[in-house]
Amino acid sequence: MELILTEDQELLAKTAADFVSEHSPVSRVRKLRDAKDPVGFSKELWKQMAELGWLGIPFPEVVGGAGLGFAELAVVLEALGRTLAPEPFLSTVLLGGQVLLLGGTEVQQKEWLPPVVNGDCILTAAYQEPQTRYDLRRVATRADRKADGWRLSGEKIQVLDGHVADALVVVARTSGGEHDAKGLTLFLVRKGAPGLEITRQSRVDSRNAALVKLSGVAVGPSEVIGAVDEGGDLFENVVDRATVGLCAEMLGSMEEAAASTFKYLKTRVQFGVPIGSFQALKHRAARMYIELELSRSTVMAAARAVDEDHPELPKLASLVKARCSDAGILIANEAIQMHGGVGMTDEYDVGFYLKRARVAEITFGDASHHRDRWARLSGY
Amino acid sequence: MAELETFRRETRDWLLKNAPPDIVGLPANDLEGNWGGRRATYAVPGMKTWLLRMAERGWTAPSWPKEYGGGGLAPGEAKVLSQEMTRLRLPPPLIGFGLTMIGPTLLQYGNEEQKREHLGRICRGEIRWCQGYSEPGAGSDLASLQTKAVRDGDDFIVTGTKIWTSYADKADWIFALVRTDPAAKKQDGITFLLIDMLTPGISVRPILLISGKSPFCETHFESVRVPVRNVVHKINAGWTVAKSLLGHERSMIADAFGGAGAGQRTARLSALASLARERLGDARGQIADPVLRDRIALEDMDTRAFGFTVQRAKDGAKAGHRPGPESSIFKVYATELNMRRRELMVQTLGPSGIGWEGPGFTESDLETTREWLRSRGNSIEGGTSEVQLNIIAKRVLGLPD
Ligand SMILES: Cc1cc2nc3c(=O)[nH]c(=O)nc-3n(C[C@H](O)[C@H](O)[C@H](O)COP(=O)(O)OP(=O)(O)OC[C@H]3O[C@@H](n4cnc5c(N)ncnc54)[C@H](O)[C@@H]3O)c2cc1C
Repeated sequence: MELILTEDQELLAKTAADFVSEHSPVSRVRKLRDAKDPVGFSKELWKQMAELGWLGIPFPEVVGGAGLGFAELAVVLEALGRTLAPEPFLSTVLLGGQVLLLGGTEVQQKEWLPPVVNGDCILTAAYQEPQTRYDLRRVATRADRKADGWRLSGEKIQVLDGHVADALVVVARTSGGEHDAKGLTLFLVRKGAPGLEITRQSRVDSRNAALVKLSGVAVGPSEVIGAVDEGGDLFENVVDRATVGLCAEMLGSMEEAAASTFKYLKTRVQFGVPIGSFQALKHRAARMYIELELSRSTVMAAARAVDEDHPELPKLASLVKARCSDAGILIANEAIQMHGGVGMTDEYDVGFYLKRARVAEITFGDASHHRDRWARLSGY
Repeated sequence: MAELETFRRETRDWLLKNAPPDIVGLPANDLEGNWGGRRATYAVPGMKTWLLRMAERGWTAPSWPKEYGGGGLAPGEAKVLSQEMTRLRLPPPLIGFGLTMIGPTLLQYGNEEQKREHLGRICRGEIRWCQGYSEPGAGSDLASLQTKAVRDGDDFIVTGTKIWTSYADKADWIFALVRTDPAAKKQDGITFLLIDMLTPGISVRPILLISGKSPFCETHFESVRVPVRNVVHKINAGWTVAKSLLGHERSMIADAFGGAGAGQRTARLSALASLARERLGDARGQIADPVLRDRIALEDMDTRAFGFTVQRAKDGAKAGHRPGPESSIFKVYATELNMRRRELMVQTLGPSGIGWEGPGFTESDLETTREWLRSRGNSIEGGTSEVQLNIIAKRVLGLPD
């Protein structure tokens, strides 16, 4: 793999940066939050992103996609991360979309992927449960076999964009006990299905999440994605890819939090000099920069590993997530500290970055979880 | 691409045919290995043959121009050569400050005569170099150096003391910073001089390090006569040359401590992890101490992330991008990685890690302990970490003075 941007990728980065600065300032996130917006993001912008071809980046041309890869997707997600754009990339393109891409039948892909690419359909994955923490295989939600298919029962938490999703990929147990790695199956559940109850949740970053209660929700055989009992591996692969995408977004957020802090260091005057002339702050700023650059390298490497179907992808996904989780928190914490009192105010934007950094850290597992996984995958 | 693959095949064939068997598996980093020089010693007999054969092909300095003894390889080819050497577990035929520091500097700033005189001898491993920068009163504030050079016809007369001169006792030539204009602003009165260590008036006193070894020295100059033609670049313009060389030095240090090839996949267990499994045992397939295991994972992961960062810079350079700001972090981060690794190794050894010498400790445990002590210098030599952070803050982030 080559760790540089091609000319086309540079161009895409520039288009994305321009689009974001014109249409998606952080003030937009603030407005959505303060208005308790019922959708939680802008459907109009989502449609525009589709028109720019972004939603189709990682999908093949047969479903209307661009046939590109995560190297390109990462470039766009990084730009979106810079201003904390809340559009449903993670849920729709990276979770639901990737499940269908990797595990869906041709019929399923034809039904769902073109509308995803066109921006007409929101997908998500319901996998986390109250007791799951970061163990993707720890699933209590049951799928009971009936003559005409299955009945799903259980409770999922923090389902991204759950309340606006047109369909959810539900991870449920078709055999084995709660702690078994095997025996999981992925089901597609359409919104409005009888027995499906969705309640919006509110998290610190004010992005969309929902509780999903399944009370005997009926799903037919055609709604199974991938093989019965074999969904665990498929879903872990999808989460590895989604993790890489999330990290690209985290990288963008870190960049912006760091950049605004560096700017503040040059302009805020105390004791008659810019505070950036104090070495105690300079060195910490340099440390932020180092962490940022190392994060960037790992995001680039991991995105290319997805595109190359690299056998080390699981390790690299853990590498990039551990790194971006720690670096994201470090940078956001330092951003607040170096802004002083104003950094603590709701009126100022840095707080939004800290909140998002925390949520992103916890999503798909924090740094210590991923170090443990890395060590396990490395044989120690 | 097809040409590169042909090059790869031919390179592999040539290496297989020409590498003496006794060098396979010798350390392949920039700190251990064959330093060459007038008084060269070789770890194994094959090393000398290896040096001669590789030098003849220009492959001791693969990317230097052929006319000066290098291999004339394009960056892509040089990468292939190094990959193939790694694959076959072949150590570099030659290491040292000639190849990593003064050579690249002469290529940039030397005149034709200097390039012809010195580069070939470096490539063939005939001359070993040392670095005369630091002085008792001039460390981080290098530009305040006082060793003076007074013009006398076609010569300079050099008088003063350099300190912490690594391997001055083994080197044949020294590149030194001297003050030629005491009246000018401190950066503007410095000249970059090449000095043969056999010149009368030079004396060298080795200094013992906390590790018990003495790789560095005090180097004293008492009215040492140096021809003016040994000035690199211009008189009083040595600071520019000095900074450029520091750039080469810092990337050499970064390469030595985990930069080179660390982005590549390593199939085997990291050295740290296997040491820990061996010493602590494992519980259900995992290193028995979960805290140490977490720290080892962090170290391994950071090493990998750093390797990707070095690779990014190299891929960028290959594509013709100017060196990006990311290279400024190499020195700090690479040395810290190495220092953390050395500490973790000693902590993993536990009671076996605190031996100095003698019975009850194995040779390799003692070596680990000494290496840990030596590594404390990594964040000092070549410009301290604090100074690197100053540079990042100023040059990269543009923070005010
Ligand atoms: C193993 C080893 C090998 C070496 N080999 C060579 C060699 O071959 N040739 C050679 O010329 N030199 C060599 N050196 C010298 C090395 O370059 C110097 O030691 C180094 O530049 C620091 O200078 P100093 O020792 O005078 O420390 P000082 O400059 O006195 O620094 C003392 C402390 O103050 C800090 N400090 C100083 N200035 C600042 C500042 N502006 N901001 C914040 N903190 C600051 C430093 O970071 C350090 O922590 C070697 C050193 C070591 C340890």
